[in-house]
Amino acid sequence: MTRNQITHHLTDALLMAYSAGSLPEAFNLTVATHVSMCDDCRARLAAFDTVGGALIDSADTAELAQDSLAATMARIRAGKSTPEAPAPRRGVLPAPLRDYIGGDLEAVRWRPVGMGVKQAILPTSRAATARLLYIPAGAAVPDHGHRGTELTLVLQGAFCDQVARFGPGDIEVANEDLNHTPVAEIGADCICLAATDAPLRFRALMPRIAQPFLRI
Amino acid sequence: MAKRAGPAQVTTARETENTDWVACIAAIRDHGDEAAFARLFAHFAPRVKAFLMRSGADANLAEECTQEVMSTLWQKAHLFDPTRASAATWIFTIARNRKIDALRKQRRPEPEDLPWGQDPEPDQADVLALQEESDQLGRAIAALPAKQRELIEKAYFRDLSHSEIAADTGLPLGTIKSRIRLALDRLRHAMK
Repeated sequence: MTRNQITHHLTDALLMAYSAGSLPEAFNLTVATHVSMCDDCRARLAAFDTVGGALIDSADTAELAQDSLAATMARIRAGKSTPEAPAPRRGVLPAPLRDYIGGDLEAVRWRPVGMGVKQAILPTSRAATARLLYIPAGAAVPDHGHRGTELTLVLQGAFCDQVARFGPGDIEVANEDLNHTPVAEIGADCICLAATDAPLRFRALMPRIAQPFLRI
Repeated sequence: MAKRAGPAQVTTARETENTDWVACIAAIRDHGDEAAFARLFAHFAPRVKAFLMRSGADANLAEECTQEVMSTLWQKAHLFDPTRASAATWIFTIARNRKIDALRKQRRPEPEDLPWGQDPEPDQADVLALQEESDQLGRAIAALPAKQRELIEKAYFRDLSHSEIAADTGLPLGTIKSRIRLALDRLRHAMK
């Protein structure tokens, strides 16, 4: 990935929950993808991991099984030496996202959702949904609000909504209070990774009927 | 050997311990040093097991996962980068990922590695600086007001979201969020 000028970052709450391991998988994927693109959030995440390390270091202890160390040594001796993962190839998309797609951008299986917008839902646990969105230059995603939290990470191109402009690497954290209509900038088609922990609420009639079918 | 204890040379017990752990992991990586592993095991395995049990694993599952976490430490010793993490931090991340895998049955997406990779011969000054910072953060957490520290511990150890902590403690969500924010502000201030 090329380094980007990122101006919209992850919140402390999201970074801490990612470090603690309490986010749904779709959010973990979005956080890991943003951190892959953003050195700033990578450094902040390292600080939250250090908090976890300090807590475990000063925490209570539990009694181990009597043969715990011997059993662990036996595991190590029996263990197939974990084969070295080949150095990951660089791609258009960050590595964690490529893992879920099963390839780079050209491997995405897009499905049309209307007005030129396409989506691809990625396989994660059901607590939240991760999807790739393809918004043609100048097109809009229908006006919608959220019951829960929606994270939208720009991978390519840029979009604007009532809040701000979001370019490559930028992440928008939206909650119940926000109704917005993201519009892709003229010039390049916009590709985003979006994670939601509750269905979106579309304000116009058509998308609301379409919602159960499209799983948005 | 006489040592003048200038301010730059004041080291805490924990800090020395941190650099000892770094040396233990290097000994495992370079010589398959079982004595070094036994020392790390004696300190960290009971803590990893307690962490897994507080996250909801029963004693058997926690024991099994602890053994897996500690054998991962052996197998991946060559991937440990002491300029980026203390031993405790690294072990925490291995234990957390094992927890998500074993208890939640989910994959754990991790960020792409930095393009420049890991320095095979890390600068000792960088290692010391990182280990000292980890120690400093540990002391700052220990010094947090009890109410703030408890919430941070709940977030990390009990695997609870803010709204689950609210349900668990009966505190309003806003109070929890502001206490955690205050705790993080204090930690940032302590790290300046």
